[in-house]
Amino acid sequence: MDTLELARWQFGVTTVYHFLFVPLTIGLSFLVAGMQTAWVRTGGERWYRLTRFYGKLFLINFAMGVVTGIVQEFQFGMNWSDYSRFVGDVFGAPLAIEGLLAFFLESTFLGLWIFGWGRLPKRVHLACIWLAAVGTALSAYFILAANSFMQHPVGYHINPATHRAELTDFWAVMTNSTNLVTFPHTLAASFLTGGGLLAAVAFWHLRTRGRDDEQHVAFRSAARVGTVTVLIAAVALAVTGDIQGKIMTEQQPMKMAAAEALYDTEQPASFSIVTVGSLDGKHEVYAIKVPRLLSFLATGSFDGKVQGINNIQAEYQKLYGPGSYTPIIPVTYWSFRLMIGLGMLAALVAIIALWALRRGRTPRSRILYLLIVALPLLPLAANSFGWIFTEMGRQPWLVFGQLRTADGVSPAVSGGEVLTSLIAFAALYGILAVVEAGLLLRAIRGGLDTAAAPPEPGDGEHPVAFAY
Amino acid sequence: MTLTQLWFVIIAFLWLGYFVLEGFDFGVGILLPYVGRDETDRRVAINTIGPVWDGNEVWLIVAGASIFAAFPEWYATLFSGFYLPLLLILLALIGRGVAFEYRGKRDDARWRARWDFAIVAGSALPALLWGVAFGNIVRGVPLDARHEFVGNLATLLNPYALLFGVTTLALFTTHGAMFLALKTHGPVRDRARRAALRVGPVAALAAVCFLAWTQVRTGTLLSGLLAAGAAVALLLGLAATLPAGRLGPLSGRDGVAFAGTAAATGLAVASLFAAIYPDVLPAVDPAHSLTITNASATGYTLRVMSWVALAFTPFVLAYQTWSYWVFRRRLGRHDIAEAAE
Repeated sequence: MDTLELARWQFGVTTVYHFLFVPLTIGLSFLVAGMQTAWVRTGGERWYRLTRFYGKLFLINFAMGVVTGIVQEFQFGMNWSDYSRFVGDVFGAPLAIEGLLAFFLESTFLGLWIFGWGRLPKRVHLACIWLAAVGTALSAYFILAANSFMQHPVGYHINPATHRAELTDFWAVMTNSTNLVTFPHTLAASFLTGGGLLAAVAFWHLRTRGRDDEQHVAFRSAARVGTVTVLIAAVALAVTGDIQGKIMTEQQPMKMAAAEALYDTEQPASFSIVTVGSLDGKHEVYAIKVPRLLSFLATGSFDGKVQGINNIQAEYQKLYGPGSYTPIIPVTYWSFRLMIGLGMLAALVAIIALWALRRGRTPRSRILYLLIVALPLLPLAANSFGWIFTEMGRQPWLVFGQLRTADGVSPAVSGGEVLTSLIAFAALYGILAVVEAGLLLRAIRGGLDTAAAPPEPGDGEHPVAFAY
Repeated sequence: MTLTQLWFVIIAFLWLGYFVLEGFDFGVGILLPYVGRDETDRRVAINTIGPVWDGNEVWLIVAGASIFAAFPEWYATLFSGFYLPLLLILLALIGRGVAFEYRGKRDDARWRARWDFAIVAGSALPALLWGVAFGNIVRGVPLDARHEFVGNLATLLNPYALLFGVTTLALFTTHGAMFLALKTHGPVRDRARRAALRVGPVAALAAVCFLAWTQVRTGTLLSGLLAAGAAVALLLGLAATLPAGRLGPLSGRDGVAFAGTAAATGLAVASLFAAIYPDVLPAVDPAHSLTITNASATGYTLRVMSWVALAFTPFVLAYQTWSYWVFRRRLGRHDIAEAAE
């Protein structure tokens, strides 16, 4: 493998890994803030216990998100220096603003929250977790604005002397239509993931603890909050995803064609749930199709015309010169389906879970529990496939229509260097994944801490705050 | 002042803030086995930086991203050119960050010992390598006409840069010792002061040699004044660490000692930026150097960034300062013991 391929693998591996933690951080920060708000407003002690319990899971996860995030920022310069030169005038600003507005907020107020129990007045302490949560969402906005520029460049021009992108309209970059729909979609995915974890952990405790257990009531509340969150998030995902599909068809028609493996333009176009293709991926052997659905997904009309890969390829060759403008079709086809399918499955499980909780019931079925405990894994996988789809579907472009991935890699870096870092990150990330999963399971099994009383406001130097 | 000059100063300030702040939490990490002879003492030490280390590290993120935004060419050349040192720094920062969060999550001596190793190595390695990296920035690196780095790892491991690596390692260790002396009482404080007096002279010697060498190579009047200020601040800081009464009203004052190493770190960083100005990354062949002009983003981008920085930096500084104020109290063994009950 050459430097380019290694650098691409490294970006894929480190980014997908980083994004396992990010949605959980965003989703859980708001959910924990919500539970703490319930405690502060109602004084209900179960909300305090739940805040501490889920707060611990949140922090175990947060640490991983933070440390893997630093790699992301360095990686643009280390492996993709020609990309950085090309796009730096536009792309650097949202990254710097993300740090200034979001990361400082997140890290400082989370530090205050972790160590501030009983030390800060109750409401000030509550404000800290909310500010940290707002920080996580702001961070998503700015980094997605940067990514949206790669999907759909706006607010720039190419300097004819340097052949580089230069920012002409910052507001346009910040309000890129791609970002305005990608941000809520990502936020909804974060709540799907966070809510899924909340519910799964609660159901696990409902199963292992009898009705008389003092933690039963608390975990019942958590199970309800988690499943309802998943359902609302699923609706938001469907709505935003639908708008995203139409915007994508307009801005990156090749990606939509690749999502369906639609080789020739069709009107109306059907959507296949499953396709078995020939080994070279060029012909379909068997497919289950829903007539007209792709037309609707892509254009909003059941009669809409959807451009095929071959047509767009021919058009792009005229526009951009000879070469292939087609992404790897099996990857886009399957990642698109897995993203949607796994997300819908998560919503289905949440409906079943909510039904099982109706009118004070506690579910008994073992299969049901297994299904629900798997709940957070579905959105986690769907998130990964979503990113794999949207990034692989943009290929061969790094910045759509402007810079090819092959032209973005660092000329000064050798294949050996990239291989070294790829192996180092993969090894370290692998070890940390095992450690993190172990800690999470341990903390989950531990259940609520029912011994210590909630810290009292004004309780100056309550020792509970020494978190390390 | 032009916008490119302004952003040169802002970026210098961000690195200065990063080294002053994370400098002491690196130092605390390095000194962990020395000041923490048992688990309680180690927890005292770690909890002094617990609420703030992550916020300190964000200064690095913002410094890096600001280079990307304001001087894309500098970012591209620097990060791809210093590949392996940056890789090691990243691995160290990952291990260290996770270690702080995870070491206390299991009550198991072996588990904690492993994380303690990650904290020590993950603090010492960046403390050394940031010095090596900055030494090379000041010294100049081989760049071609396209501003691509054409050296290799051996190019970066030269005596000048290594001397600065030793300087930052010793300086941050001293700075961390001063911080611990200021933020704890009991045995941790005593050992921290001893550590400061042992490592401090090494830091002072290395810093004076390095800054003098820099002054001879590329110094300006401003960089010389700043360097002299750094040396004086460091010596004052060390004098303040001496047992009370030894040197009049100055000695035995932890606050003055910490302010001394903080000022020394800040002034040293400022001096280096003053020494390279108007270059941002000097090249061995001066014709290929990256300067504030040829590396910079467009005026429009710099203007947007300036407004954003002007609007939000005061808030950031205010709430970070507030978080230090909230956790201003000294920690001791009894705090941890009470928490364990």
